[in-house]
Amino acid sequence: MELVCPAGNLPALKAAVDNGADAVYMGFRDDTNARHFAGLNFNHNKAELGIDYAHDRGARVFVAINTFPQPSGWKRWQAAVDSAADLGVDVLIVADIGVMDYARERWPDLTLHLSVQGSATTHEAIRFYSEAFGIRRAVLPRVLSMKQVEQVINESPVEIEVFGFGSLCVMVEGRCLLSSYVTGRSPNTFGACSPGSHVRWEETPTALESRLNGVLIDRYERDEPAGYPTLCKGRFQVGGHTFYALEEPTSLNTLPILPELKRMGVAAIKVEGRQRSPAYVAKVTRVLRAAIDACNLDPDGFTPDAAWLKELETVSEGVQTTLGALHRPWQ
Amino acid sequence: MAIMPIKRPRLALGPLSYFWTEEQLLEFYQQIAGSPVDIVYLGETICSKRRSLDSDQWLTLGRTLQEAGKEVVLSTLTLIEAGSELGALHRLCQSDEFLIEANDLAAVQLLKGKSFVAGPATNIYNQRTLSFLTKMGMRRWVPSVELGHEPLVDLQENRPEGVETELLVWGRLPLAYSARCYTARAHNLPKDDCQLRCLDYPDGMLLSTREEKPFLTINGIQTQSALTQNLSHQFDNLCQLGVDVLRISPQSRGTLKVIDLFDDLRNQRITVEEVAAWVAKLAPLGSCDGYWHGEAGMEKHLEQIEGASS
Repeated sequence: MELVCPAGNLPALKAAVDNGADAVYMGFRDDTNARHFAGLNFNHNKAELGIDYAHDRGARVFVAINTFPQPSGWKRWQAAVDSAADLGVDVLIVADIGVMDYARERWPDLTLHLSVQGSATTHEAIRFYSEAFGIRRAVLPRVLSMKQVEQVINESPVEIEVFGFGSLCVMVEGRCLLSSYVTGRSPNTFGACSPGSHVRWEETPTALESRLNGVLIDRYERDEPAGYPTLCKGRFQVGGHTFYALEEPTSLNTLPILPELKRMGVAAIKVEGRQRSPAYVAKVTRVLRAAIDACNLDPDGFTPDAAWLKELETVSEGVQTTLGALHRPWQ
Repeated sequence: MAIMPIKRPRLALGPLSYFWTEEQLLEFYQQIAGSPVDIVYLGETICSKRRSLDSDQWLTLGRTLQEAGKEVVLSTLTLIEAGSELGALHRLCQSDEFLIEANDLAAVQLLKGKSFVAGPATNIYNQRTLSFLTKMGMRRWVPSVELGHEPLVDLQENRPEGVETELLVWGRLPLAYSARCYTARAHNLPKDDCQLRCLDYPDGMLLSTREEKPFLTINGIQTQSALTQNLSHQFDNLCQLGVDVLRISPQSRGTLKVIDLFDDLRNQRITVEEVAAWVAKLAPLGSCDGYWHGEAGMEKHLEQIEGASS
């Protein structure tokens, strides 16, 4: 199983490579990728440095161009594809049919992976992208159970990558417009969810309130820890009750089921978090590297080391972890 | 900008997104048969556990509506996870009796070479995607609901020959799909033992903020807006853009009135101002049109028109 780690900037890329990532993924400094955050990502010069750094140390470099261009922005996506090809990256991670069609025509030798933003949850959807554009791998949305992941792998014409650790989208990626409904900006169109530009914190006499474009996402008592107002992770009222109606702030952690993923034939484990710090990337990469190595050596005898789990818990959103949809009762 | 011939748009009733009983469904579609809507989308697009009608009953209903002069389209499930769901999709896509609306790329794959409609969750945002899918057999597309007026102008100017554009002009916005069932979650039930609670909510469950402002609608694994998107005041614009079909999304109440209003509008029997006077009544939690203006979907630009008519 290949370990694919996030590189939000050059220091994070180095941290991933130095700590054992087989591949790193990055984006350019605009809305052509799904982590379009201020101060994040790579310009041409930094990308060149990063690619050299990774290649010199035997790691592959993937570039995510995984948002959906509208007519006025088309040229920017086209330029991003050209730029990635010129830079000699190993893989483009793509989601939009038009972008794939362009990349296939202009750069027929460039390897394409279907982004999680492509929302392919079945082998038939994957077959569409494989037959139409020759994609070589698909990243699965975080909505399938273990049994369903296995079914996809058994029938898929290409290899499968799954998310192994990091923040958790509870919605099907590529099919969630909640953020643009509230702010005008979504992962699909703008490359960001619940963008910081629209977040406002307000102190009231008794509480701290988080708002996204004016909409109250959550309210915290004095002694309650407050989280970033990702809008699906707030507390809302349904049927007279106030609770995390969509999702609690938790992180995905697949460490306990690594041998199972390996047995099923998962080709790669992806770590989420291009927006996180180089220290985070270093820590998570180190733990995942050790775990995957241990699992490869002795899958039957594998149990996650208590120290690994402890280390991952210190960097988890909401300081708790879950198997997410992979574990049926979570659904 | 190229001058496009202005023609009277057709009206479509989108697929029902909620879970109703067999009786509710049959009664509703019987009324639809007598309504001025031209196209009716049938079938379950949200959850495969919702089986008030089996596939044969949907087909029978389709034939009845066809006899009443409607164009019938069968819509596919949007999020496909289980093997059984994929099996059902295979069977649906093999049928040649009705046109099919693909709501997932798996359906597009299975419909390759046949005519199909691409639903709003297929993520068509640009000309190149539009052209590619048209070559595969797409003859009508429904833009992602977050696509606004400005990109649509571009796409309409350059759209391939023979493909129609259908736009959601009235209804709650379909915003997200999940592995998790929020209706079950709101009842503290696991998804695998949901007890079909969606049946109790013919228009979904309201999710409000802690300030009690209506925010979203929970509908099983789908999340919708609480507000109703209303583009009736953009009617002239839509005609000028050459939008071929106007989609109305069904609710348990008021849908026939909404259809009548749009029918009156296209036949110039009423003005947009007169329609605006009905909006508050037909969308009691409020309306929105932000996406059309390239803004947050929940925003609303209608105050002036509605104010003028009240």
